Order: sequence, then structure tokens, then C-alpha cells
Amino acid sequence: MTDHALPARYERPSALAFLGYASGLTLIVWCLAGAGFSIDKMMSAPPRFADFLDRAFPPNTDPQTLARLGWKMVETLQIAVAGAVIGVILSIPVALLAARGLVAGIWVNQIVRNILGFIRAVPDIAWALVFVVAVGLGPFAGMLAIAVDTVGFCGRFFADDMEGAEKGPAESLTATGARKLDVVACATIPAALPAFISTSLFALEKAVRSSTILGLVGAGGIGIELKVGFDLFDYPTAMSVILMIAVVVIAIEQLSGWTRTKIIGEQR
Amino acid sequence: MNDLLTKAPAAAPVRLAEAGGIIPSVPAVDIEAHGVTKRFGDTPVFEDVSFRLARGEAVALVGANGTGKSTLLRCLMGLIPASDGRVTVLGTDPSAAKMAEMRALRARMGLVSQKHNLVPRLSVLSNVVHGLLGQRPGVRHWSHSLAPTASRDAATLALEKVGLADFAQRRADRLSGGQSQRVAIARAIVGQPEILIADEPCASLDPAAGEDVMDLFFKLAREEGVTVVFTSHNIEHALKYGDRLLGLAEGRLKLDATAASVSASDLRGLYD
Repeated sequence: MTDHALPARYERPSALAFLGYASGLTLIVWCLAGAGFSIDKMMSAPPRFADFLDRAFPPNTDPQTLARLGWKMVETLQIAVAGAVIGVILSIPVALLAARGLVAGIWVNQIVRNILGFIRAVPDIAWALVFVVAVGLGPFAGMLAIAVDTVGFCGRFFADDMEGAEKGPAESLTATGARKLDVVACATIPAALPAFISTSLFALEKAVRSSTILGLVGAGGIGIELKVGFDLFDYPTAMSVILMIAVVVIAIEQLSGWTRTKIIGEQR
Repeated sequence: MNDLLTKAPAAAPVRLAEAGGIIPSVPAVDIEAHGVTKRFGDTPVFEDVSFRLARGEAVALVGANGTGKSTLLRCLMGLIPASDGRVTVLGTDPSAAKMAEMRALRARMGLVSQKHNLVPRLSVLSNVVHGLLGQRPGVRHWSHSLAPTASRDAATLALEKVGLADFAQRRADRLSGGQSQRVAIARAIVGQPEILIADEPCASLDPAAGEDVMDLFFKLAREEGVTVVFTSHNIEHALKYGDRLLGLAEGRLKLDATAASVSASDLRGLYD
């Protein structure tokens, strides 16, 4: 047995800490109120949800409908892949300008990072609305929205990956008298490549998820079928769309994970 | 420790004039440091370091951890600026050189680092071709696949010199530590530098591989008549491979003597 008194199991918070906890709790309650949180609606939702499931199942398996939805899903994937690839390619030069200590000065880094922050702050659906206005309805607007969204995502992460890449090879090439651009191309980018691949695959997964809803605003893809299904109370067809989206998104995530492991092993 | 400085201070080697062979000539000085001080913030790493290294000398820079050996090498290469004093390398002051001059100077030097610093995902041959980037900048030297035949030949020759020509296509991250360091040496010598700088080149290798690498490094350096500055914690290596020893301790240059005039026990004094 010790001669020392046991410390209290719980420490009494300081007045400042108490104020912090109370403020946090108030903030959460305020947000729930703003979001229209309602116990009554929570209680009445399960029967309504069950009613929806009852009307949506079985999903529409009419061959003609499935063929139409299938082609829309293919278009969705085309939008996602094309947008993601263009976005990833554009992200590399943008990331070079955003990465500190590589090819551009601190002011350029900061300006480019702020622009990337703005791009990320605007939701992909809002970009789709902008491009629908700019280039008209259809998948091209969706592809542009995905590309811009991917630049915002990959540009930032590629820059961080290059900043965090091992410095030794770059220093050795600098010591040979190589130019900054040569050092970046030969040492920094290869060192960051596993992270680039991983980020690009995440961007592709994100693009596939995004592209499934761009149709809601007329930017192509299967989203329009979902909207029409709900608007016409054709819940079996809407359920077919939801299941199709789920299968494709899960498949892409699995494929992406498998590819990531095959190409870069366990590295991130 | 100060008495070490009195042991046979390194005299500039005397070379016979090519014509006649009897007139002592003043050897070319490749590296000169005069009152060089380096501080990080207010903390001095070393102060008032002065020495002159003649062309063709092999100089071991010794001292305990934290005495600034690697920092001094980086100052010599212009990778970091000295806080005070003047460094002249091949007639150029790195701190005063414009970027293009700095690159031209570095292109005349080679660096071998403790950690090899190869680009892991690229082939051995591409890594060696990168050693030419200072002299031949541009896209064609980003990969051996794009490089001109002359550069590929030079890189292959450098790999032959380090005994790894058969490994040209192998990925750099598939090599053993000793092989990696040999490739790093090939990258350092491919541009036929006038000065080779090696920062603890065998610190990450087992003793046998370290010995092999040091033997190879100095065989190549002496064949080419290159000035070598290397750091090492291995006293036997410093005495075996250095013509001259510079010792850093307590933030000062405490030793500047020929290898023949100091003993291993003298050098151990630097680590006390």
C-alpha cells in the first residue's frame, strides 16, 4: 500500500474548460435546431421508409429499362473517367506551382493554394450548374465539372505529396548542378509518384460518386434517371438506379483498392 | 588537443614542372576556406575555419557528431551559405555566384551521400544519367530512354567502373546497400568531376561492403586525379584513404595535418 493519497478519478474542469464544453454543447443544439431536427419526424420516418421500400421493391428489371439505364451508367463512367484523367493531368503543373520550395516563389505558392481552396470550397454540383450555363446541357458540362473538382482535390494533395517527398535524391541532383525543373522531374516527382497514384485513384472514386448525381442538374449521366424516377413516383425504376449506382461505385472502389495495392504496395 | 595542430601541418604538395621536371610549382588550389563560420540562428556550428586544399589531394574531415562536418561540406558545395568568411571552390565563391555560375560550379563536382540518395523507382542507368544533368540540362537526361547515345555510353562506362554494368536496367530500390552506394559513386563520377565530396560514404554499410566501397571510390578518384573531401567516423579509413586530415572539435578546426604524421590515438582525441 502506498502512503500517498490516490488521485481523484475525475478532475474538476477549470472555469474556462467548463465554458468551452458548455459553448460546444450549445453550438451542437443550435445546429440541430437549424437543421430542423425533430423527434416526431424521426418516429414517423420508419413507417414511411418502409412504405417507400414496399413500393420500390421489386426494382424495375424490364430489359428495355435496364438497357437504357445501363447506357446511362456507361455515360456516367465516361464522364467520371474523362473528367478525372483531365483533372489529374492538369493537377501536376498546378501542384508544381502550389508546392513550397520547388519551382515557384512563396507568393505564387500562396495564390495558387488559395485558388485551389476556392475550387474545393465550391461543390461539384455547383460547378456542374456553372458549366451547364457555359457549355449547355449534357455530359460535357459534367465532365468539365469533374475535371475542375479533381484539380482542386489533386492539386492540393499532389503539392503536399511533393513537399513531403524525401529530400535526399533532390539534394544529390541539385549538387550535380541540375536546374530546379530537372530536379523536380527526376527526383521529386518520382519520389512522390506512389502518393500521386494513390491520390489519383481516390480522385477517380470521388469522380464516379459525383458523376452519378450530376444528371440532377442536367450535366449528363444516370442522375437524370433518378430524378425522373422520383418525380414520376416510379420508385421501382428509381430503386434500380440506386442499386446500379451502388454496385458500380463499390466495384470501382474495389478495383481502385486492388490497383493501388498492385502498383504501389502498401505505400501511401 | 591543440598540440595536434603542431604535428606536421599539411604542406601543399610539390609537383615537378612538366617541362624539365626540376622546378617546383605552386599547385593549383581547388578549395579554399578562409575564416568560415556557420551558425544556425544564434547557435554556432563551427567558427573561423580556414584551409586550402590542393588539386588531387584526398582529405578526410573528421570529428564527433554535431561538429559540423556535413555542414562544412554543404557550405563547400554552396548548398547552404556560410554565415561568415569566404569559400572559394575552383576559383568561384559559391555565396557570391549567380545561379548559372553556381550550377556550372556544381557540374564540376560530384557528391556521394551516406544514404546513397538514388531515385528508388527509376532504373540504375537513369540514376547515373542524372549525374549529367548539371552539364546537359533538359528533358533528354530525365531518363536513360531519352538520353543521347553519348550520355548513355558515359553512364554505362561509369557503371562498368563500379562493376555494375549488368545492373543497368534494374530498379534502384532492388539493389543492396553496397550496390546502391556504387551506383551513387557512378552518378558522381559520370560527369568527370574535378572535386568529389563524400559525406560518410560507408556509414550505412556493413564493414566489408564499406571497405569495398571506399577502396573503389579512392581507386577511381586517384585514377582520375580528382580532389576528394570525405567525412568519416572510421579512424582507420581516415588514415588509410586521406592524404591529409582536417579535424573539427569544439566548433573549431583543431587538426590540419598529413595522414602520415598522426596516429589513430591522436585522432581519437578529437572525439573526447
